[in-house]
Amino acid sequence: MTKLAELAFSGTTRGALYALVALGFVIIYKSTGVINFAQGGLVLVGMYLTYNAHVTWGLPFWLAVVVAAALTALTAALVERAVLRRMIGQPAFSILMVTLGLLIVVQQVIPAVWGYDRLNLGDPWGVRKISLGGVNVEVKDLWTLGLTAVVLVSFFAFFRFSRYGLAMRASSFDQEAAMAQGISAGRVACVSWAMAGLVATLAGVMLAAGSGGLEPGRDVIALAAFPAIILGGLDSPLGAVVGSFVIGLSQSLTAGYQPEHAAFLGEGFDAVLPYVVMVLILLVRPQGLFGTRAVVRV
Amino acid sequence: MAQAAANPLRMFPTSSSRNMVLAAAVGVASLPLLVQSEVWLTVLLFVGATAVGALGLNLLTGFTGQVSLGHAFFLGLGAYTACYLGNPSDGVPAGRGLPLVVWLPAAAIIPALAGLAVGPAALRLKGGYLAIVSLGMVFLGAHVFKEWESVTGGSDGTTVLPSMSLGFIDFARIGSLTRNQSLYFLVWALVGVTALGCRNLVRARPGRAMQAVRDRDVAAEVIGVSLARYKLGAFTISSGLAGLSGALYAVVLTYIEPATWGLALSIQFVAMIIVGGIGTTMGGIVGALFIGGLPEVVKHHSDKIPFVASTAGERGLSLPQLNEILFGLLIVLFLVLEPRGLVALWLRAKAYLSTHPSIAKTPRKL
Repeated sequence: MTKLAELAFSGTTRGALYALVALGFVIIYKSTGVINFAQGGLVLVGMYLTYNAHVTWGLPFWLAVVVAAALTALTAALVERAVLRRMIGQPAFSILMVTLGLLIVVQQVIPAVWGYDRLNLGDPWGVRKISLGGVNVEVKDLWTLGLTAVVLVSFFAFFRFSRYGLAMRASSFDQEAAMAQGISAGRVACVSWAMAGLVATLAGVMLAAGSGGLEPGRDVIALAAFPAIILGGLDSPLGAVVGSFVIGLSQSLTAGYQPEHAAFLGEGFDAVLPYVVMVLILLVRPQGLFGTRAVVRV
Repeated sequence: MAQAAANPLRMFPTSSSRNMVLAAAVGVASLPLLVQSEVWLTVLLFVGATAVGALGLNLLTGFTGQVSLGHAFFLGLGAYTACYLGNPSDGVPAGRGLPLVVWLPAAAIIPALAGLAVGPAALRLKGGYLAIVSLGMVFLGAHVFKEWESVTGGSDGTTVLPSMSLGFIDFARIGSLTRNQSLYFLVWALVGVTALGCRNLVRARPGRAMQAVRDRDVAAEVIGVSLARYKLGAFTISSGLAGLSGALYAVVLTYIEPATWGLALSIQFVAMIIVGGIGTTMGGIVGALFIGGLPEVVKHHSDKIPFVASTAGERGLSLPQLNEILFGLLIVLFLVLEPRGLVALWLRAKAYLSTHPSIAKTPRKL
């Protein structure tokens, strides 16, 4: 029973991390229709900039996070301006490949500057654990869940109640009509990339905190978040969150129970389980759980 | 000079394009005898092996518009089929020891059947969804390759040394040529056959149907182009060519492991068709040449590039890092500046020259 509780908790935490990554991804897709393979790269950039601000420059931890988030958001907005802006009108496949190319560049530039060794973020939680009703949980994980909840609520409030949120929703619903109302499509794109950068930083910080550590290979979390996004529906933020928790929990439970109950599936099956779940769901609902079915006009 | 009118329905539209291809064929065939450097021969072998796969991917993505990041899976499938059937029975893991005429076609047929099985997914999914599902296929495939140790040798990998004799020709040793030189003929003969086959497919009805599926699939279905038939067909042929390419790749590498067939390989192939020219037959070969030859050229000139450590211990980017960065930049720059690839540069030059008033004596029908 304790094992189940522990697995459920770690699954929820993992789902929360995926949700942070997935949210940034979905924001960009919803506003601009771009599948941003470089989201993992933004996570890396945010992670390493936080490390730089906190450890190298000596800023207090929370200030370092804020500074890094601002810088990452700026980087993301610049990327949108410099590269993605020139790709308007190109087929979606080309834009997808451009983001992939950017990811490849980031994956190499990061270790070129900070090296390949595993670095310690120096966060205030470390590897402290506390006991909640008999279950040992890492303090960092509690903070991850809390932070994710705050981020989700803030995003919901932003999109629902603020002018910019309304503008972004309008633009993603019908870009031309929004432009006719005076909403600048370019600005919406820029802001959505900046927000993705911000969320990616938070994801990176929580990923690297505690026993996690910083390594150039950490961007692989974005690849694991893709099934969550697809499962939920590419254009649905709610779907991204739900999908993330589904994938996180199922991964955790698989990691815990599969080796003894279904060993024939092989070692490390929990790493590929997200893709199996994704394929199974897509066979039934090609647009994901909450996605909108594409209406194709000839 | 009077120009014969270009007939796009023929294999070679003009007599000059036919002559150019013949000259290129002669050139390619004589290269192994002229190139003495083993390093460059190996590079050309890799280029040839990957060109077959790139041609297949171009058929799928360039002509039929199906985004697939799963090419590496079919490459691996072809390679492991070749190993399982072709490796000697005393190898580790044990193969069947079958001759070239069995394992090479099988390395194309088995992945083709797998592609046929995966194809229906493409019928239901569009664009981004298909790309990510194909990504999942690569990861699932890598997992299967890692776990199925009796066939693939698991994480320890497998040495690839199948029988290379076809009748009286042993492609591992022709006369007094080295292994690389002999293999070269097999690999590039297959590239030639594949390229001709693809060009033939594209200039005829299937090619036009595939392009219709790419451009406006709903409209294509309305006018009678069977989406299912052409999407499945494209997946089958592309996977079959990928399998063939994987088998050749494995033979050239001589040692493979499950990690070889990962996302990075898929991206490499997509980069090849982007850089070479999406939607053109030559694009696959040109792209393979460019992407395959670039690391070698960079190594050659590494001492002239700033920020790069050309010897160990120097400060700066290492060569593998530089190669990866260049690779990523190439993808970005080509897509932003010349989305139709290197072939488009050639086409632009041709169009400019043929319409230039001082060169064209008579108005040429373009």
